[in-house]
Parts: sequence; C-alpha cells; structure tokens
Amino acid sequence: MDRDDIIIELIDVNKKFDDGDSFAVENFNLSVKRGQFVTFLGPSGCGKTTTLRMIAGFEIPTSGKILLNGEDIAQLPPYKRPVNTVFQRYALFPHLDVYDNIAFGLKLKKVKKVVKDKKGNEKVKYVHLSQKEIDEKVVRALKIVDLEQFESRNVTTLSGGQQQRVAIARAIVNEPEILLLDEPLGALDLKMRKEMQLELKEMHKKLGITFIYVTHDQEEALTMSDMIVVMKDGMIQQVGTPTDIYNEPKNAFVADFIGESNIYVGTIYDKLKVRFLGKVWDCVDEYPIHEKVDVVVRPEDIKICNPKDGVAVGKITNCIFKGIHYEYTIMVGKNEVIVQSTKMYDTDKEVGIKIEPDLIHIMKREISSNAFEGYINKNNQVVFAEASWDCDVTTLLKGSTIDDEGYLASSDGKKYDLTDADVSVEFDMGDVDISDNLEEGNITGKIIEMVYKGDHYQVIVRTEDEDDFVVDTEWTWNINDIVSVKVNPSKLKLKLKGDITKYEI
Amino acid sequence: MKFRFQRKYLSIPYVLFFLFFVICPIILIVVYAFTDKATGLFSFNNLIKFFSDSTNINVLVISLVYGLINTGLCLLIGYPIAYFLADKKINKSAILVTLFIMPMWINFVIRTGATRDLLTWIGLSGGSHPEVATIIGLVYNYLPFTILPLYTTMLKMDRSQIEAGADLGANPVQNFVKVIIPLTLPGIISGATMVFMPTISSYVISDILSEYNVVLFGSYIDLYFNQSDWNFGSFMALIMLLLILLSVVISRKFSNEEGGKKSIW
Repeated sequence: MDRDDIIIELIDVNKKFDDGDSFAVENFNLSVKRGQFVTFLGPSGCGKTTTLRMIAGFEIPTSGKILLNGEDIAQLPPYKRPVNTVFQRYALFPHLDVYDNIAFGLKLKKVKKVVKDKKGNEKVKYVHLSQKEIDEKVVRALKIVDLEQFESRNVTTLSGGQQQRVAIARAIVNEPEILLLDEPLGALDLKMRKEMQLELKEMHKKLGITFIYVTHDQEEALTMSDMIVVMKDGMIQQVGTPTDIYNEPKNAFVADFIGESNIYVGTIYDKLKVRFLGKVWDCVDEYPIHEKVDVVVRPEDIKICNPKDGVAVGKITNCIFKGIHYEYTIMVGKNEVIVQSTKMYDTDKEVGIKIEPDLIHIMKREISSNAFEGYINKNNQVVFAEASWDCDVTTLLKGSTIDDEGYLASSDGKKYDLTDADVSVEFDMGDVDISDNLEEGNITGKIIEMVYKGDHYQVIVRTEDEDDFVVDTEWTWNINDIVSVKVNPSKLKLKLKGDITKYEI
Repeated sequence: MKFRFQRKYLSIPYVLFFLFFVICPIILIVVYAFTDKATGLFSFNNLIKFFSDSTNINVLVISLVYGLINTGLCLLIGYPIAYFLADKKINKSAILVTLFIMPMWINFVIRTGATRDLLTWIGLSGGSHPEVATIIGLVYNYLPFTILPLYTTMLKMDRSQIEAGADLGANPVQNFVKVIIPLTLPGIISGATMVFMPTISSYVISDILSEYNVVLFGSYIDLYFNQSDWNFGSFMALIMLLLILLSVVISRKFSNEEGGKKSIW
C-alpha cells in the first residue's frame, strides 16, 4: 500500500478508563486508505465506540499514536481536528432550526484569504465565510440528504429519520477529511434503516470522503463496508473485506458473530483430515496431528443427502421455513447441526450430511482453562468426560445446604432436586493433578503433548473418549505416559444451564 | 331528591380554596387600593400619592437594583456550581447536591439571625456596611433556588450535544456561549424568576441584616400596613403584583422561543 494513500493510521493505541481496571481498547493497529468505507463491528462493550471517540478527539488514548495524513493528532482537542461525527442520538441543537444546525460549523470556520492592504501589499488573513457562501453550502448539504425546503423547520418537530439526515448534513457540510458515524441508524426502525444504509453507501460514493462507521449489526457491516474491523474485548479480531470476513473467519468468535455458524471442537486426525461430529472429514487446512481445533461450518455449506452417501448421519428434529430456504436442525449423536436447504425434507427423517473440504474452516483453539459440559448425578457429583467427580453443588445457589435426603435446600426453605441437571464445568489448569498411580484419580489418559512454559510444563492428557485435560505441572513427564487425573473438588466451578427454579420440588 | 355523587364534586375543595385564598384577596387588594382612607369612597388618591412622592419611586428603583444584583450574583455563583454538580465525572454522589440545598431546610429567621451575627463578627455589621451585609444575606438565601433549577436542567442536558459543538469546530469558549448557555436557558430563566421577584418583596433579610438601613419594597409595604394605612399598602402590593405578572410574561416568552419547552414560570 502506498503511504500517500493512507489517510489515518492508528499505531499501538491503548485506552484505559480511570475507573476501569482493564483496557477498553488494547494494542489497536489499523491503517485506513483514503476514500474507504471502514466499519468497526463488534458486540457492545468491545471498544469500537471508544476507538471512534479517540479519532474524533473526545477521548485521549492512554498510549499510542493516531496519525492523520502522517501527523499525530492523538492529543489534539476535537475542535482542531478535520473530522466530523454523526452521533448515535443525533445530538442536534434543539435551540436552533435546521438551517442554523447545519450552518453551525460553517459559521465558526475561518478560511485563508489573501487580501491587499492600503499600500498594495498582499497579506494572509483568516476570515469567516460570507453569508452567501454559507447559504450555498447549506442548501447543497440539504439537497444531498434529500431535505430541501426544510431550512426553517424546528429540529424537535422532525421524525427520527429526518433528524438523522440533518445530523449527516451538519457533519458533511464542513467537508471533513473523515466522517465518523457512531451507530447512526440504531434508533431507526428496520425499513428506514435499510433505506438509509443504501443512501449512506450512495452518499459515500458521491462525496468520496473516508467513512468510519461503528455498528453491532453484522448485516449492516457486510452491506456497506469496503473493510470491516471485527473487535472483541478491546482487541481487533480480524480486518478484511466483507467477503474475506464471511468466508474466511479467523477464529470462532468472528465466525459466530458474522452470520450463522456451526462451531465444533475437533481434533486433527491425520494430514488434511479432521475429526468432529464423531466422524473423520477431509479438509484443506494443515495443522499438527492431534491438535484440538475449532471447526466452523456455515449452515448453507452443508448438503443433506441419502444416509448411505453422507459422511455423518443424523435425524431432522426441527424445520423452520425462512422464505427463500428451510432451516433444519439435525441431531448427529449429541450434537446439533444447523443446515439451510431449499429442498423440503420431513422431520424425524434419517439423513446423511456432507461438506465440501474447502468449506470446513479450521481455526486454532486457544485454551485458557479446562471447560466441559456435564450433568449432576444423584449422588450430587458432576459427570463429565465419562467420569464422575466430587464437587460442591451448594455453590450453584447462594446460602444453600444439602439436606439428609440429598436435596439442595435453600436458605428460604425451598428444595431442589438437581439429578440430571445440565451444568458447565470449568477449572484452572493449575487445579488439576496428575499422578502415575492410576487408582488415585477419577479417570486415566495418555499424555499427548508437553510444552515448557518458562517455569512449568503444560501437559495435555487425552482420555480414551478424546477429552482433553490441560494441566500445569512442575514435574517432567513423558509423552505417551498413562496417568490418572484428579481435580480438587472445591476448585470445580459449576454453572447451571437454565434457571434453578425448574428443579424445585 | 336522592343525592348522587358526581365526579365534578371532587373539585369543590379546590374551587373553595381558589375562591378564598386567591380571588378574594386580590379583589380586596384592588378594592383597598382604589378607596380613600378617610372617606372610604372610590378614588385615585393612592395612585396620585404614590407617583407624586419621589421616595416611593426611589424605594421601588432601589428594590429593583437589589433584585438585579442578587439575581446576577446568584446565577454567577450558582451556574458553575450546578455545572460541576451535574457532571457525573466530577461529582459521583448526590451528597454534595444535598449539602448545597441544605440551608433551605433551616428556619429562615434563625438562619438570617445567624448570618447577622456572623457578619457582625467579621466586621460587616448592618450599621457599618448595610448594603454589603444585605447583598451577602440575599445571595446566601437565594443561592439554592438558582442551583436547583440549573442543576435539574443540566442533568437532563444531552452531553453529546456539547461534544457535537466541539466536533463542529467550537473552541471551549464558543461552545459555552453557543451551545451550553442556550441549552441551559430554561434553567437560567426559572432560576432568575425564583430569585428576582421574591428579592424585591422580601423584607426580613434586609431589615435584620442592614438594621433597617436598606428599605426594600417589601418592607415599605409592611411599614404602611403596620401604620394601619391599608389602602396605600394595598396599592403598592398591586404594583408588586403587576411587576410579577410582567416578569412572568417576559420569561415565558424567552423559554418558549429558546427552549421549546413550557415551564411553569
């Protein structure tokens, strides 16, 4: 990319708010080309608005540089920056009419003008725009947003869509180098929003200025952008064109956030072979054998076929008509598979499914703790990874105790039977012990991987059923050692799926 | 005939209240204002007497000046206080607001007596500095009445509009004049109305703090009523009433034009 093409560049930008202990924006690096339509996309609280506000000047980065045309503007107050913002709730001035709202910036602006003094010497003066120039610009801006003849209207009497247009006109009339839009369509109804999306896109083409757009609506981002920046927890997850982001999501978060996805935990079985849904599939991504990976498949990329032709076989449990296609839920063993198809199939039918190898997206899985899905058995133990583990079920309800019959009793006298209740289980890698005494732990497995992490080893123990335990240990082990695994019962973090009231007796 | 309850009967207490405490007193004031004290007959004597004696006009002008000074000082002091109180980044609790409003909870006469003693102690007694002592007392008393409406308007103010001003190129001073002041105008107007007219008609503060050296219109009216000249007193009360009406009309016009929202003032 040619340096001259870059209008704005964010380098190692970090933002931490005084009252927060984590970064709102972390290690943000991005270059935007002149004239592009860039969208910051992510769930609420991901730092997208904070980043936009740092470009506008409402927030000062804790560290890092923001280069506009090569000059650092990170510390500049907003009124000195050649960028303008369209605010989420429009922020029109209620004490001014439409004309004065739009002319607000123009009336403050001073332009360079060469004037001759009495002796005929040329002097550079900064002068306000003339009333005629302002008039012309306001009329032109109103024409762009389709609000001719609205000059003298009071802004409080306008509809949401019209206020939005005034807000856009007020920003573009100043001819900013970058137009910043902070979820500008969030307050409009669906139909209006769709219309405005197309109009904004049209406006972007006509004006030729750079747009930076913030939204949490993935469809909006895909429709409008030249480039999408997907964010989560203050960090960029992926930067790319809408097609790239949709077709080649970098991780499970992006895949899940953009469009619908089936996401499974899989294992690399062999070279270009991955195992998930209990079957081995051909794939095109190369990863080390035995590696645990996230597998993402789009619902429209799965083909339904005869059971004997399919790689996996499942049963259709649900069918929803979505207009241009049907959406099926197919149970393959214990896993749900969402499939979109234009063909009609009966529910409860056994079908096969197959997927083209290049449509199976495999992503590196980042492990930070051990997480399992399980259930509570009648001895108030938790069952996961095909073994039962002692645990403290009273942590599921504050102030509860176990009564003589083994039910969970709450402090206000209610009783709950947690047998078969689905829970998720999580525990830190440091709270797992492995031992070569196979009788000692709850389950045995084989060490498949061992990585030295500076002061300890990280060991992955895989059980016969292909469940993995990640263990931090200070002892050296050997690959292929058979060990038993146990977890300190008090360190098992349980979380009930659904509401506890459903188990009341 | 059997009594049947109708919903409109519920308004009877209010109608009675209105009649006895609003309509009747006004009629009485008007009647007294235009009757002669000696004969008890209709006359314009009070009107002629009021405008022919320059003392009366002087008292009215002085009162208006005190009203303006007090309103100006209250807004000048109260505006920044309200601004910082309403800024959630600076003021994180409601306790500070309560502290500023708290003087309103203390009995007015006791509070003013204490102010007098305090001012005398620091050398600003009513005997030596009647004007200064009165102004300090007035500002101290009426400050909460300006802070409260300003604070309420500023709480409701959309902070993104201030950001929009800066975004469009207004430096802090321009932003204050062109955005913040207009946005808080309803608060400024109701704060001013709650101070200006009551100052003119107040008399306890000026009497106590200036040791009767500063005479405001309120104490002047009081003086005549105490001397049993109800007719002249009533006439001056009527002038007071017309002034209040005038200020309400003016402030209404302002808030209609600028704020777009109707206020009770």
